[in-house]
Amino acid sequence: MKNRTLKLAGWLLLPFSGEAFAAWEHNLQPPVTRIATDIYELHMLMLGICFVVFVGVFGVMFYSIYKHRRSVGHQAEHFHENTTVEIIWTIIPFLVLIAMAWPATKTLLALKDTSSPDITIKATGYQWKWGYDYLKGEGEGISFLSNLSTPQDQIAGDAPKDEHYLLEVDNHLVVPVGKKVRILTTANDVIHSWSVPAFGVKQDAIPGFVRDAWFRADKEGTYRGQCSELCGKDHGFMPIVVDVVSPDKYTAWVAEQKKQSAAAAEDPNKKWTLAELRARGEKVYSTTCIACHQANGKGVPNAFPSLDGSKIVNGPKAAHINIVTNGKPGTAMAAFGKQMSDTDIAAVITYERNAWSNKTGDVIQPSEIGSAKK
Amino acid sequence: MSAVIGHGHAHDDHEHQPSGLMRWVTTTNHKDIGTLYLWFSFTMFLVGGTLAMGIRAELFKPGLQFWHPEFFNQLTSMHGLIMVFGAIMPAFVGFANWQIPMMIGAPDMAFARLNNWSFWLLPVAALLLVSSFFVPGGAVAAGWTLYAPLTTQMGPGMDMAIFALHIMGASSIMGSINIITTILNMRAPGMTLMKMPLFVWGWLITAYLLIAVMPVLAGAITMVLTDRHFGTSFFNAAGGGDPVMFQHIFWFFGHPEVYIMILPGFGIISQVIPAFARKPLFGYSSMVYAMASIAILSFIVWAHHMFTVGMPVVGMLFFMYATVLIAVPTGVKVFNWLATMWRGSMTFETPMLFAIGFIFVFSMGGFTGLILAIAPVDIQLQDTYYVVAHFHYVLVAGSLFSLFAGFYFWVPKWTGRMYDETLGKWHFWLSMIFFNLTFFPMHFLGLAGMPRRIPDYALQFASYNEVASIGAFGFGLAQILFLWIILKVTVLGRGERAPQRPWEGADTLEWTHLPSPAPYHTFHEQPVVK
Repeated sequence: MKNRTLKLAGWLLLPFSGEAFAAWEHNLQPPVTRIATDIYELHMLMLGICFVVFVGVFGVMFYSIYKHRRSVGHQAEHFHENTTVEIIWTIIPFLVLIAMAWPATKTLLALKDTSSPDITIKATGYQWKWGYDYLKGEGEGISFLSNLSTPQDQIAGDAPKDEHYLLEVDNHLVVPVGKKVRILTTANDVIHSWSVPAFGVKQDAIPGFVRDAWFRADKEGTYRGQCSELCGKDHGFMPIVVDVVSPDKYTAWVAEQKKQSAAAAEDPNKKWTLAELRARGEKVYSTTCIACHQANGKGVPNAFPSLDGSKIVNGPKAAHINIVTNGKPGTAMAAFGKQMSDTDIAAVITYERNAWSNKTGDVIQPSEIGSAKK
Repeated sequence: MSAVIGHGHAHDDHEHQPSGLMRWVTTTNHKDIGTLYLWFSFTMFLVGGTLAMGIRAELFKPGLQFWHPEFFNQLTSMHGLIMVFGAIMPAFVGFANWQIPMMIGAPDMAFARLNNWSFWLLPVAALLLVSSFFVPGGAVAAGWTLYAPLTTQMGPGMDMAIFALHIMGASSIMGSINIITTILNMRAPGMTLMKMPLFVWGWLITAYLLIAVMPVLAGAITMVLTDRHFGTSFFNAAGGGDPVMFQHIFWFFGHPEVYIMILPGFGIISQVIPAFARKPLFGYSSMVYAMASIAILSFIVWAHHMFTVGMPVVGMLFFMYATVLIAVPTGVKVFNWLATMWRGSMTFETPMLFAIGFIFVFSMGGFTGLILAIAPVDIQLQDTYYVVAHFHYVLVAGSLFSLFAGFYFWVPKWTGRMYDETLGKWHFWLSMIFFNLTFFPMHFLGLAGMPRRIPDYALQFASYNEVASIGAFGFGLAQILFLWIILKVTVLGRGERAPQRPWEGADTLEWTHLPSPAPYHTFHEQPVVK
């Protein structure tokens, strides 16, 4: 009870705490690409023009409100037509619009020119994470998923929030500074949108179609963005984090990734023990399944089914393997066979069949997964 | 004419009618139906507003406090659908029913029974929509824009929303046919089209827009329905369909829809400003042409809602240029309103306050619209809170404030009582201040990069979200005051008796020819307009 009262007090006092005082961001994020800089300047120009017009027009209105009131004895005049002024206030805005459209056109043409990139990376939107495949240029062949890494207890309010609350992922996208990077976007399930404001990039990721965008970052650093198209329950929980590094660091990073992926290539015929699979499965569960099925396996009533005591989880192995690898069409349950390794899937299924009140004692080996994929 | 006025009381003429509830169910009287529309829309406004309070409560601070993310998505989606289809659109139809026959000197609407049917479809649709919260899976959580293929993941609540929209669309189309027929055929002798009050003009153009685009929406959501249940693949890429096609069809409806919700409001403002400036409307014909141009342009700008889907650059340029063009006729309207006020003899009763507030705040929405029309800037702002700020500036400060202005302006004619002027002014100032407190900070949130439709946000967005939530609660409370003002002047019948023409500058037929309250049946004999 006392704890709750404290929590409530902290909640009400938040506006006055230091955490909140730092948070008055009110303009576009500092740009780090040519395009983002152009957009920034274009916006400031537009804002300036609109502000001048606004002050002019409403200056006239408030002058009129002040002077032409009955309470100060002003008598109404009766004019109600003047073709000349109508023409003037049609033409002048038109000319102002042309002045606005000209720089906008130039920026747009540059923004859409995705030709001759140094590196091409495919970003795939999944419910609810991003997958990256380095398709061309240095780093070709690297491929990984990028999950939100903000812990659930911070979201629930049981732990203090990090500086990068909701804007941190387990695997950052890494690109070299000063190189033209072309991002191809697509999606696995519904429409997502890949967006990094500091780069001036926002490109929808559409299932079944490939679209593209590009950026050339001029400054090293870590840049953050968020999915920008409503994609279901965890739309707010699939950030994008890009590290822009020096060419040397990038080369080192590529070498490191290649080494890791060689080491991670597991023997698919290895026999795992129940304990090994459970431990690994718990990790997979907490990055991939927890958002819907919850930490206690109970799901969310009427939205996401409970796994604790579920018929599928406690029933024959084949049905359980099938739903995890091939998904359930028309729901948020994706076909994870396309996203995760056989070992991870075997591990998470083993975990689910032996967690909470589920006690099947089953051990699913990675070799059992491959044959279930459609 | 004296025979009509001589009837005096509102209830003399309907002895043959059922009384009690059946009076309202069976009524074919335009005034009764107008009242029904207005009460219905106000009820939906309160329902939609309650959902908005739920949204702002969750966003008051970072972290998940009250709702699961999927329920939060239901709140935002249903808030949008209810406000657009349940509150704003029916409210304008309510004004049309009450005012168009009286303003053009007609005895009633052209199709009286159709009018009854158009209204009574709405409560059915609303019930279907609102009750979808209680089915497995809950209500629609795909946004009011219903983008495919997310809609295929929804539960049966989605189907209920689709049917509700079908029914509301049918209601709108029937209402529009009725309005067009009434305006074109039943004007008083001498009232040429170019002598019609601007409110009537606004609705004539709106009704054409509705007939043009409601079937398009119906088509789009029917395709979603068959994709969901009958194995078609209109929007499913795996079956040869195209998810982006949904957006094209939706926004071909959606952009004219925006003007459907503002043109009758322009009409109301064009009645109110001259009445309180005691000066004829400046530039009547250019006002009419401006509304017509806005309506025509609205059909060729839809894809500016989709600048981030990856269109060819030529397409983006076309939609950018077409969109900025809309600023020209919109500017003409604002300049003409200013010229009407210029050298008038103004007083500032509540309708005038809301009208001036409308021009001031709606213009800000116009400016942000212009900024959003610039495609490269839109790339940064698309799907952020900047867009949320923009469309609330045009829909709340635009449509809703014009409805408030219209209510205070005409309620003396409807009820024969004056509303409480002091409370009306309070309602204006509270609405104005809290509106800006709610939505102005959203511009900053959007610029800083906060996506819309998220239940939780990063810490750099915390401060302005708090301000916005406080503003929203204040705005919500101000509307409770409005409920009291309405009850006082309508149901309770309190307030001074209104003279026939309480606003000395008002010169349309309902003020010059009809007593207050307007009798149940008016203009059996049409007046002659010189």
